[in-house]
Amino acid sequence: MFPLKELKRSALIALWFAFLTFPIMVIKVDPIERTVEWRWDNMFFIALGSFVISILSKVYLIRKERRAGRKKGNRSITEPFMQRILREPRFLYPLSLAVLVFALSFPYLFSTYQTNIMTTALMYVVLGLGLNIVVGVAGLLDLGYVAFYAVGAYSYALLNMHFNMGFWAVLPIGGLFAAFLGILLGFPVLRLRGDYLAIVTLGFGEIIRLILENWNDFSQGPSGIANIARPGFFGMDMSFAGGITYIYYLVVGLVIVTIFVVNRLQNSRLGRAWLALREDEIACQAMGIDKTKTKLVAFSLGAFWAGLVGVIFAAKTTFVNPASFTFLESAIILSIVVLGGMGSIVGVIFGALILILMPEYLRALSEYRMLAFGGILVVMMVFRPEGLISNVRRSYQFKKQSSGQASDRS
Amino acid sequence: MSEAILKVSGLTKNFGGIKAIDNVDLDIRPGEIVALIGPNGAGKTTFFNCLTGIYTPSAGDIRLCNPKSGLKTKLNGMKPNKITEKGMARTFQNIRLFPTMSVLENVMIGRHCRTKAFILGAIFRNPATRREEEEIIEMSYDILKKIGLHKEVNEEARNLSYGAQRRLEIGRALATEPFLLLLDEPAAGMNPKETEALVRLIRQICSEGHSILLIEHDMKLVMSLSDRIFVMDYGKKIAQGTPEEVRSNPAVIKAYLGEEVDA
Repeated sequence: MFPLKELKRSALIALWFAFLTFPIMVIKVDPIERTVEWRWDNMFFIALGSFVISILSKVYLIRKERRAGRKKGNRSITEPFMQRILREPRFLYPLSLAVLVFALSFPYLFSTYQTNIMTTALMYVVLGLGLNIVVGVAGLLDLGYVAFYAVGAYSYALLNMHFNMGFWAVLPIGGLFAAFLGILLGFPVLRLRGDYLAIVTLGFGEIIRLILENWNDFSQGPSGIANIARPGFFGMDMSFAGGITYIYYLVVGLVIVTIFVVNRLQNSRLGRAWLALREDEIACQAMGIDKTKTKLVAFSLGAFWAGLVGVIFAAKTTFVNPASFTFLESAIILSIVVLGGMGSIVGVIFGALILILMPEYLRALSEYRMLAFGGILVVMMVFRPEGLISNVRRSYQFKKQSSGQASDRS
Repeated sequence: MSEAILKVSGLTKNFGGIKAIDNVDLDIRPGEIVALIGPNGAGKTTFFNCLTGIYTPSAGDIRLCNPKSGLKTKLNGMKPNKITEKGMARTFQNIRLFPTMSVLENVMIGRHCRTKAFILGAIFRNPATRREEEEIIEMSYDILKKIGLHKEVNEEARNLSYGAQRRLEIGRALATEPFLLLLDEPAAGMNPKETEALVRLIRQICSEGHSILLIEHDMKLVMSLSDRIFVMDYGKKIAQGTPEEVRSNPAVIKAYLGEEVDA
């Protein structure tokens, strides 16, 4: 039975919401007619809506608690649906194939506009996966990730402007520049952890942006660099729509490569060292892991992906200016990682798609778009604080107890 | 008598004006189990931290000599991971496992410094890397069997019982192939049965060619297990010798055993 106390609570919450939204939802001032319209029915709907939502969420929480209490210690049953799918190759392979086919046929199924949006979302998938190495796996909270993205973008913009270098030549250079910068940033912050690291990386991100904004001779300041060449395809001339489709496939390719590489890295000796570093630094060193090297590699590998995406970003928009690389951008990429699930590749992909696509498709709601966005974030953090899809811990199967024969699945 | 594998001379560590360790000498010979005892706050754990590179000693000399290769190294100022590579591994007084990693992965981390695969190896997973990875898993599993945790391979380390966590720490240290193992209060918080199993485990480890230096408060364990005992108090070494010698040493009784003259 639903407790009466909770009903009262929900009623209070409803009242509180009605009160909070009173100024924007009820009063409507028309400055031309000089009249005030009182929309009391809105207040009623808000109260009713928040009352119902609060009761539903309470019911959900109570159920979750009961379920957890009943099945304590039995992991196979409490294991979430998504994780079961990911564990089972029987489901995983056809599913990934379906996703791949869908991704490849996307430009033919949807309009150029949709393809363009999807390209952006996929770019954030790569950014998210890159940051995931640093934040999710190695546990180094980096708030200045966008700096590496900017370095990649400006590498292409500047090299293209001054030396007329092509997209494919700059793609690896941009990545390597960013990786190098990652090492440069890594050195001074090696001793820092947690909040302190976050502050320093935040500062670093701002420094890069401010340099780009103020060093006019170098980066043309706030006005940015325009007319950057689009990526070429063996010298072929492409129509505008064709160019968008081309970049879309390019990004899909990059996403696939990124997933492959990040997955392998995570399940390697290096990936284990990162995980261990996240859990206990001192124990890590005592076990013979070189803290300096491991951290720097995490930083530079994370930065590398940001650099690659930066180059693609510059090529896609054909225009870069410092305004594209604000702290908000870092925050969004970080939200992707946290929302999706730290350390989980599938989680980050979902996180990026949701966070980037949702604002686009919520455009219909125009002014309530950001409100809904924020609301969804809050709801997520309340109900799934570990992220959409938490990381699947790799498990090892030993066939015979006597021998060391191991087969593992990731 | 063969040469000492660890020779500490005149080790001193100051924290500001406080001498946490004051001119301590210690040596361990191959195959020995040596205990370091002393009242709380005597500086034993600080001593360990100096040996393993977590603290840099203020003065003194730490020399490690690999009994197999005869290679001698001065450990002062070396990084902890380098010291582990040289063949000295440790456990921690307050358990420091990697809590959300699985039991097997915890031991696999210990193999890190004996393996090589890096970025490219991880990405391309070439035959050498794959073989190395298999070896890591195999060795780690063998170690888990030795410490009796092979049934909990995929369990998260934090879900283990206290005694099992302590054993896992030893297993993790063993995975680094040390010739000298430092155990910081391995029996703390264990019940008598677990302690008994621990004593057997330590004896077995020792018989397999690892020398052991341990800090312990459980006197029964120390007296039954160790070949020699060093006693510290207020950062100074006040006695050393066989269990019998230490037991009857008046300075030790005064500082440590208190009134129990007959103990």
